[in-house]
Amino acid sequence: MTKGNAIAVLILGILIILFPQVTSDNYILTIGIFVGINALVAIGLTILMGYAGQISLGQAGFYGIGAYMSAILSMNFGLPVLFSIIASIIIASLTAVIIAIPSLRLKGHYLAVATLGFGEIIHIILNEWGPGGPSGFGDIPSFNILGYHLSSTVEYFYLIWLCIIFVMIFSLNLIHSMTGKALRAIHDSEIAAVTLGINITKLKIKVFVLSAAYASLAGALYAHYVTFLSPSGFSLFYSVLVLMMVVIGGMTNIWGAIAGALIITILPEVLRGFKEFDILVYGMILTLSLLFMRKGIVPLVVETYKKWTLR
Amino acid sequence: MTLLLQFLFSGLTTGSVYALVGIGFNIVYNSTSIINLAQGEFVVIGGLMMWFFLEGMQLPFTVSLSLTLLTAALIGLLMERLTIKPLLKKGDLLLMIMVTIAISILIRGILMFKFGKDPYTYPPFTEGEPINFYGAIITQQTLWVIGITAVCIVLLYLFFNKTMIGRAMKACSLDVRAARLMGINVSNIVMLSFIISAVIGAIGGIAITPISLMEYDKGAMLSVKGFCAAIMGGLGRSRGAVAGGFTLGILESLTAGYIHSGFKDAVALLIMLFILFVRPAGMFGKAEILKLRKF
Amino acid sequence: MRKIGRLLLFLLIFTALIFFSSTNSFCKEPYNIGAIFSVTGPASFLGEPEKNTVLMLVEQINKAGGINGHPLKVIIEDSKSDETQAVLAAKKLLEKDKVLAIIGPSTTGESMALVPIMTQAQTLLISAAAGANITQPVKERYWIFKTAQYDTSAVEAIYTYMKKQGINKVGIITITTGFGDAGRKALIEMAPKFGISIVADERYGPKDTDMTTQLVKIKSAGAQAVINWSVGPGQVIVTKNWHALKMGIPLYQSHGWGSKKNLELAGKAAEGVIAPLGRLVVWEKLPDKHPQKPILKKYVTEYEARYKSEPGTFGGHAYDALMMVVEALKNVGPDKKKIRDYIETKIKKWPGTGGIFNMSPNDHCGLDMTAFEMVIVKNGDWEILK
Repeated sequence: MTKGNAIAVLILGILIILFPQVTSDNYILTIGIFVGINALVAIGLTILMGYAGQISLGQAGFYGIGAYMSAILSMNFGLPVLFSIIASIIIASLTAVIIAIPSLRLKGHYLAVATLGFGEIIHIILNEWGPGGPSGFGDIPSFNILGYHLSSTVEYFYLIWLCIIFVMIFSLNLIHSMTGKALRAIHDSEIAAVTLGINITKLKIKVFVLSAAYASLAGALYAHYVTFLSPSGFSLFYSVLVLMMVVIGGMTNIWGAIAGALIITILPEVLRGFKEFDILVYGMILTLSLLFMRKGIVPLVVETYKKWTLR
Repeated sequence: MTLLLQFLFSGLTTGSVYALVGIGFNIVYNSTSIINLAQGEFVVIGGLMMWFFLEGMQLPFTVSLSLTLLTAALIGLLMERLTIKPLLKKGDLLLMIMVTIAISILIRGILMFKFGKDPYTYPPFTEGEPINFYGAIITQQTLWVIGITAVCIVLLYLFFNKTMIGRAMKACSLDVRAARLMGINVSNIVMLSFIISAVIGAIGGIAITPISLMEYDKGAMLSVKGFCAAIMGGLGRSRGAVAGGFTLGILESLTAGYIHSGFKDAVALLIMLFILFVRPAGMFGKAEILKLRKF
Repeated sequence: MRKIGRLLLFLLIFTALIFFSSTNSFCKEPYNIGAIFSVTGPASFLGEPEKNTVLMLVEQINKAGGINGHPLKVIIEDSKSDETQAVLAAKKLLEKDKVLAIIGPSTTGESMALVPIMTQAQTLLISAAAGANITQPVKERYWIFKTAQYDTSAVEAIYTYMKKQGINKVGIITITTGFGDAGRKALIEMAPKFGISIVADERYGPKDTDMTTQLVKIKSAGAQAVINWSVGPGQVIVTKNWHALKMGIPLYQSHGWGSKKNLELAGKAAEGVIAPLGRLVVWEKLPDKHPQKPILKKYVTEYEARYKSEPGTFGGHAYDALMMVVEALKNVGPDKKKIRDYIETKIKKWPGTGGIFNMSPNDHCGLDMTAFEMVIVKNGDWEILK
């Protein structure tokens, strides 16, 4: 991790601690929780796309596996929530390995459609075999650890953002380690990476699994926070939404994931005032921001800052 | 046997629309290498605008038809000039694909505003009793859908192989730089490809609406299915999209008929994945093309 | 840019309207009620008439002097047919708007997602969705009520009628959404009680374009009748396919069929389709002494005059929910607990649009199969079957 990133993580940590002190509004904190859940999924996809050059339209599938598995394990098998979350991450990671081995041979649009296919198959399985079918199921145990049950919105806010801090530290270290440099090489040129003796297939699979693990963690947290699940939240639509977060935030910088998640999650809330116009305004804002902030927000800010300091 | 025949016709009907959307994908893909995920919205535009002119304004059929196609062409043109053209020079494919998604949301919003959330339909092109074909029952509109798809395919074939513009478009798809050196105005070709794909999508919408109704948010599903069809057949290969579309439609119908209707989409997707893993460039795609094109 | 300018203008007018409507002659503090409906997204066919109904009612109530002099303010939020959005909307209503009660959401899934939130906030929720899980087990649903009839009641009405017709073997075809799935479960669950066997169990997606395959399968399985459970375009496509195939067995639809729009879309294909419908759809054909008739007449005619479309059964669920809250407010004032208790104990033989409600500590819905009439389509219009 570079010095700049370490400072950024520190600032994020302070902001997280301070935020609920500044506002005690549960509504805003709830938005913060969903921003965090989306950010977790987006961080994984950013690493996959920005650092390994692979696309995935199937993140909703892993998000769904995390949510459903953790809910089922804790409800039907009585596993403590913490263990059920860990187990669900393991299950999602294993699924990711199985999917990754044939899929990552594909490239570009073909890879996109293959991951899309897997995501949708998982969605259909949840629809057909998930508890409650398309209607979904409720009464999932809320998050608890060592007998302490989280009940207030603030506690969930801290829990989820604590996860993000850990994930960010882990990811930033990963990117700056050898693996990260190898990943960069894959993104720039696979052939060059191979000639340097990097086992790209293995690396690509590792990153794919990592992104699945993050998504399933987010799903599990969602399940134990909302305590109700139905398959509709885990469809292709969500995968595309996460993709949008990554692109808007800027996929060449891992912080872009958080920025993107923030914007895409808050936007509909801000647009509530527009009532029925909101879908129009939403589409308009997306189109314009894609047209005018091509690299995404965070890289744009970083660049501007660098130019400004050089002057 | 009767059952099988019935399932096949059902599959051909849905497959026709997938094929038309898939062809639209290919035409844009060939000139720009991007996937236009707003393609499905043009099917919706076709169906809803046709209703608007035919039932809403009570215009004669042919007038409505031409006005609808004109509207679709215009929207395709606007979309390309306003959003794709400024981005094309930078060449960031993923960004352009995201833009097409944003535009599809925008189009959906506008359609919802204009038409509300109700489904719409209008009478079939020809009134009359369904046809009994060796025990299988086929409505006349089904034949129209399949027939129109076939005509579109033939016309496109002639266009791309026999006309000057068509061949210019084909040249662009093979090598943009060489095409430009030959004096082809690539920018116009890209615009034309968006217009043609918009019109083809709209034709699909016009034909299918009497059977399946049309509402503002049907486009996303059609885009996904058309995308799968195009990929399955091999991106950039028009006959691939046709084969892919019909295969997908028939697979869905046969799964619903012989396995279970709850899994029809899953089985179709599984088979699509299988095809991709065996032939990573699709049924008709050439592996070399994959290497030439960046994502 | 011009579009954005126009949007801003609209927004300006809109906020101005809210401003004017809230600073009118009332001097007492307004009563804040929240409403969450699926105004957009796949379930917008529910949310749209629900939203319209509430807007109309609030205007009428405030014109008539509000509730004991207090103006009624209903804050409507769009849940976009999505559970996460519904949760956010509920939090906003509870925290920001400090509402006394929430009506909606439109779908079962969204309602279920709100159960823990409302229970924790100790605030009344009157859902407009049908799922039995919303109000059962009633011990754990202390704060939750609903105004939509149970799916099982609609199924009971169908099966009772079928037995009279001597139908024993049915094929069911349902949509793969919460609505269709709830219907499917109810159909399967109730069948043995009526000695009916389900010989085919088919499904289709909400955006599917052709259901011929499923119907042919049902026919070849030897069914004596088809039951389709869906809302939206699916039910019209099934009707059209059923008609084209000349299946020779009757087609039954769910209570979601009750919209004139469906008859228009399906045209002559709809002839002979049978469905259990709430009386709202067929109010004109009810005898004059029926207790629901005056309410239905007022509601439907006013709605149609204002919105140039029909409210449908689903708009009625919002009507009933809001009117219950209004009546409670009138009698017990702005006290969350008292409002809840009033609805649980005082809503008895209460004629609403969905039926005659009988709430009790054991039943937070208060409707049964008598809420439905079996209705057949004849000459492009409804006809009540006896």
